[in-house]
Amino acid sequence: MQDVKINRRRFLQGSGGLLLGTLIFGSGPIALLAPSRSWAMEMNTLSSDVAAKLLLVIRRIYPHDRMEDAVYAFAVKALDERASTDPSVLPLLDQGLSDLDRLAGGNWSSLDETRQVTLLEDIQHSDFFVLIRSTSVNSLYSNELAYQHFGYEGASFPKGGYLMRGFNDLKWLPAAPAEASPSAFS
Amino acid sequence: MTTYSFDDDSVVVIIGSGAGGGTLANELCQKGVPVVLLEAGERQSSATFINDEWPSFQQLSWGDTRTTSGTWQIAKDFPNLPAWICKTVGGTTTHWAGASIRLQEHEFRARETYGEVKGANLLDWPLTLPELEPYYTRAEDKMGVTRTNDIPGLPGNNNFQVMYNGAMKLGYKHCSTGRMAINSRARAGRAQCMQLGFCFQGCKMGAKWSTLYTEIPAAEATGKLELRTQAHAVRIEHDAKGRASSVVYADAKGQLHRQKGRIIAIAGNAIETPRLLLNSSSTLFPHGLANGSGMVGKHYMRHTTGSVFAEFSDPVHFYRGTIMAGLISDEVHFNPDRGFVGGYEMETISLGPSFMAAFFNPGAWGKDFTRVMDNYTHLAGMWLVGEDMPRESNRITLSDNTKDRFGIPVANVHYDDHPNDIAMREHAFKQGSAVYEAVGALKTHRVPPYPSTHNMGTCRMSLKEADGVCNKHGQCHEVPNLFISDGSQFTTSGAENPTLTIVSLAIRQADYIVEALKAKAA
Repeated sequence: MQDVKINRRRFLQGSGGLLLGTLIFGSGPIALLAPSRSWAMEMNTLSSDVAAKLLLVIRRIYPHDRMEDAVYAFAVKALDERASTDPSVLPLLDQGLSDLDRLAGGNWSSLDETRQVTLLEDIQHSDFFVLIRSTSVNSLYSNELAYQHFGYEGASFPKGGYLMRGFNDLKWLPAAPAEASPSAFS
Repeated sequence: MTTYSFDDDSVVVIIGSGAGGGTLANELCQKGVPVVLLEAGERQSSATFINDEWPSFQQLSWGDTRTTSGTWQIAKDFPNLPAWICKTVGGTTTHWAGASIRLQEHEFRARETYGEVKGANLLDWPLTLPELEPYYTRAEDKMGVTRTNDIPGLPGNNNFQVMYNGAMKLGYKHCSTGRMAINSRARAGRAQCMQLGFCFQGCKMGAKWSTLYTEIPAAEATGKLELRTQAHAVRIEHDAKGRASSVVYADAKGQLHRQKGRIIAIAGNAIETPRLLLNSSSTLFPHGLANGSGMVGKHYMRHTTGSVFAEFSDPVHFYRGTIMAGLISDEVHFNPDRGFVGGYEMETISLGPSFMAAFFNPGAWGKDFTRVMDNYTHLAGMWLVGEDMPRESNRITLSDNTKDRFGIPVANVHYDDHPNDIAMREHAFKQGSAVYEAVGALKTHRVPPYPSTHNMGTCRMSLKEADGVCNKHGQCHEVPNLFISDGSQFTTSGAENPTLTIVSLAIRQADYIVEALKAKAA
């Protein structure tokens, strides 16, 4: 994600912004994998400002205190993809964000977290909220960084499955008898 | 590569290549019968299967729009995805988890055993367990079911270990890794299960039985099969005498073709099969083909289901290993003292973070939801699956205003939970939670049904023509050369995962068709 090139294609696209960030949890599972602490994700349609605001909204909808913004950026990217294919999406997002600011009496992003969540609860049945929630739930939790965050090991076939890698390594309960759970090898 | 001409009316045309259609095709081809097998989806392989939930879902699932109605929670949570079944060569045998259990003797006599249940249309099967037993035996051998044919059981994973200990503490007696059509040892040219944990995504080891890499290549090897992929049946036609004569299908480009046939067998799963019959109405069959009784599409069953997930203070890593090799069968018997008829199985299940997020509590957000996700590696899970009641009002109909890309009305799936289903689910949720609490669960969660994986009953077998659509061989009462070859045939659902019974019925049906062809009786 750190390989952002300001190339001709991106220049010509023009309208898309850039989501930038820094990894916070230096010894977390994602930082251990990442070659660099700073990250960036390119947007096709959303502006940098809208992308950053949406990231915070998604963080409040699905709050994982120790999850990097870099993971949330995947959900923003999914919204960006929706906006790129469906012209009704961008106006809906713009309108929803300004409605939030209006409800906040100024700037929703600058409220404290509790107040931000209260205002989201007020609009949780709106098209804006439902679009963000339903898009995010299928993207935030479905990428390699999220898998790292939750301790899920992802694709197992390339590693030969779990037969020799802990499918039955649970130690805090007695093992089931062979009659119920035979050995894998005769 | 064998090919047949569109006008060759000596072939058997089979629609759908899953447990029913794929098995029927092979059984017929082995006996020298020419078969054209139409499959709406594309052909994948163990090499192309994907170990990642959403990309795999996109690859294998039947994603065409359907509509829903009724009081079931699916209509609210997944209004356009009532069923989680596949559109690919091998059908839902690519996605299934492998649990292979026979129906119990009394489940073939549900009406007689349970008596009249108000608001249900129970009927006894026109078939008995002893009649089906020889075919169950053949199916278990074909599929390599563990704990049959001297095949050892699978080793239990961590999720099973939690279930097993909880079950024993609760006083249950019957808990094991069950009967699974997953190789615990290399067998029949297929590898041993390596505990990948991606049973639902297509088995990349080929250890789990699927018609994709067993029945279909075996049928191709006879030189009698022509498999046409991306061939989506839209209508079945009949001749002046009311006999089925051809299948009209759309190819990948949407171009329509007409394949003639001597016999036509439908195995499109219990939503598409009745939809196809309803979309095949004519002057002779004004309510849909083979629907003189008005029973096509009625008695849709999907099993009473739900899941229990439990959080523990210690890690489980429940995603590692065979998903469903863990079974408690103490609640599967008929015991009306519990406040409901029929029984249920408890089976291990796990989901990756992608599906966990989507299905744990659809629509949920905020800290209550994310706290469970944060505990992902410390979760154990089980799926509850029990007999649901056949009701005329639970049915597949044609949508009034939604059409597919060929302009054909899509299926609407209507389902209202029967009070018996609700009482059973409540009991199962309580018992499932108790299993986990017995081994120290910090918290248990009741998870609502997923889009239906078990779909049954919409063209049911019946002794009397007025009560159903087909006879005990799946042969339509009204159209003798038209066969129902999937779970649509089920008269009642039983509590057991349906695939083994679908395969057994398909083997039996093939024997019947071969005899009928010889005797010119179909």
